[in-house]
Amino acid sequence: MSSTIKWYWFASPQTFYPLAGTLARWSGVLAAVLAAAGLYVGFFVAPTDAQQGEAYRIIFIHVPAAWMSMFLYVVMAFWAAIGLAFNTRLSGMMASAIAPTGALFTFIALWTGSLWGRPTWGAYWVWDARLTSELILLFLYLGFMALQAAIDDPRRADRAGAVLAIVGVINVPIIYYSVKWWNTLHQGASVSLTRAPSMASTMLAGMLLMALAFWAYSIAVSLARVRCIMRERE
Amino acid sequence: MNWGGWSEFWAMGGKAFYVWGSYGVTLACLAAEVWVLWRRAREAKA
Repeated sequence: MSSTIKWYWFASPQTFYPLAGTLARWSGVLAAVLAAAGLYVGFFVAPTDAQQGEAYRIIFIHVPAAWMSMFLYVVMAFWAAIGLAFNTRLSGMMASAIAPTGALFTFIALWTGSLWGRPTWGAYWVWDARLTSELILLFLYLGFMALQAAIDDPRRADRAGAVLAIVGVINVPIIYYSVKWWNTLHQGASVSLTRAPSMASTMLAGMLLMALAFWAYSIAVSLARVRCIMRERE
Repeated sequence: MNWGGWSEFWAMGGKAFYVWGSYGVTLACLAAEVWVLWRRAREAKA
């Protein structure tokens, strides 16, 4: 069997539906285990920050949530684009299934950032480039969901949503590079692929564990939601 | 170990409102999403 045929086999709803159920369950279990480990490291192993005191412990959820908010948008736009290009039904359903979780992580990133900003900067909110572009990301998610909800025919809703999702993807690099392009109050990246992270290794470990936990959680809820969408549409 | 006892842990060095406000709302959001999804899955099957 050639690899092309295998991909079509996975893309058929009859195969995908039970597979998604199994994957969702195990991802959920993995998310719980990783979150327990991440919270343990974050609260009991990582030391108090010399400058920020205990308020810095918010970053163990803030940074992973912010990463997920951007990453999920790219994945959503990717499935939307595939659906638009190849007219595959499952791709559009995947995009719709990811949107609410992406919106939720965007809200969590904004909320926790605000509660971190007050004790650290002295303000819950400032109209700085990083914060403003992240708020626009939340509106893009909500706009995508509202647009899809407003159109009765699911195939037309998928196509209209796809156009919005693809255009909005331009906002993701703007969020990511905002701290370099503009003189923002928000600090630059502490973790990057090109240099050593500028934080204690136990702090980094806690943050990465929480990031993996959010990742597994997102897979679990997106797959569970796509199963609901499949049942509702067929 | 960072904390002298549980009361010190919950106090978070005087930043309890911000730290627990962040963790509490995050947990509530994720729990709400799972609950809504669980109900939706049950209705979709019925």
